[in-house]
Amino acid sequence: MSMLALDVEKRLGDFALAARFETAGGVTALFGASGAGKTTLVNMIAGLIAPDRGRIRLDDTVLFDSAARIDVAAHRRRIGYVFQEGRLFPHLSVAANLDYGRRMCGLARDGAETERILDLLDIGHLLDRRPGKLSGGERQRVAFGRALLMRPRLLLLDAPLASLDAPRKREILPYLEKLRDEVPMVYVSHHAPELKRIATSVVLLDAGRVAATGGIEVLDAAATELMG
Amino acid sequence: MLELSPDEWVAVHLSLRIALVATAVALPFGLALAWLLARKQFWGKALLDGLVHMPLVLPPVVTGYLLLISFGRRGPIGAFLADHFGIVFSFRWTGAALSCGVMGFPLLVRPIRLAIEAIDRKLEDAAATLGADRFWVFLTVTLPLAMPGVIAGMVLCFAKALGEFGATITFVSNIPGETQTISAAIYAFTQIPGGDAAAGRLVLVAIAISLAALIVAEWLARRAGTRFHGE
Repeated sequence: MSMLALDVEKRLGDFALAARFETAGGVTALFGASGAGKTTLVNMIAGLIAPDRGRIRLDDTVLFDSAARIDVAAHRRRIGYVFQEGRLFPHLSVAANLDYGRRMCGLARDGAETERILDLLDIGHLLDRRPGKLSGGERQRVAFGRALLMRPRLLLLDAPLASLDAPRKREILPYLEKLRDEVPMVYVSHHAPELKRIATSVVLLDAGRVAATGGIEVLDAAATELMG
Repeated sequence: MLELSPDEWVAVHLSLRIALVATAVALPFGLALAWLLARKQFWGKALLDGLVHMPLVLPPVVTGYLLLISFGRRGPIGAFLADHFGIVFSFRWTGAALSCGVMGFPLLVRPIRLAIEAIDRKLEDAAATLGADRFWVFLTVTLPLAMPGVIAGMVLCFAKALGEFGATITFVSNIPGETQTISAAIYAFTQIPGGDAAAGRLVLVAIAISLAALIVAEWLARRAGTRFHGE
């Protein structure tokens, strides 16, 4: 059975999104030029935007179904989201940022698991700092940790490396590869090399439509096409 | 010369109590309304916004008169509250607190609203994806980030309440020990021969309280501000 299944339509001004795809888990790359509707799509999965019509299902939970009038609120979906700009809470310490999801979801404290994630992302030494005092790469690693520590059913990553320069990207990618086995992911990017390193399947979006789906070979075909 | 008489102390004490109670009671309403105006689109929003700002543009005497005919003993709201909850406003210090709160309300709401509008809504979205419902998003993200605006609003409301004169005197009169605040007492002293010394002392007290409020507010706002950047 597919893990994430989605069939949605949404009109935003002149832009019409009509996308349908299913993924089997692993790391699903949402690939396409900017303006293709990638972020809109992940926002729908997260519950931050409601589709006009359609269905979104995660495992056996229906998250959205316009016909059945089901729309599970974002805070009940248990879907982790790492944003392009991190969006750490500026008024909270790194430790409080990391603990936020656990507290809000009412999960028991799990010291060993927290320790493991801190080690995995190498952020244990940052706990007392404020997000304002972190480098771009550190900030993004804390954002990964914050999303993972709520023990999400699915992790959405919206161009998490796009705001970083090339050396920072190289610094983060190994961490991302380690996360691959932690939780299924939907990974948005318009950067093919980055996706090639971590994606297990690819959904190619073009102007609000799914143009192709498949393995990472889709990236090569699309990249050549994009390059002209 | 600078020694306050017992009567003057009563006026000072009463003023502080009225201003503090007015600000404290207005605060939850102000927060709710500021959030509503900053975050929601609804029918009648412009009208509500206008109503909130009315005390700022109306002559205070008009506001006081409107309070008198609605919250007075025979007013529809006043009679209801007196009969069902035993809350009486007319010619009581509670009435002075009500009129001060109403007059200070627009000054309370506006900075809070602006502060909430300035908050990046993406942070609130992030909180929602982490499992926070609307109430917790407000409590853990919106409110702390808007804190400098909340403090500014509270200080303005407190200062307005402390200095309020026209609406209060119209609504609850100028009764020493019950509704006579510093402002009303100063006014009363200037109307009687030989009252200049007493009026002068109260003027100094008013200046001291206002300055202290400003300094405390500045300190609080600075503390709230550095929390975002410093360790």
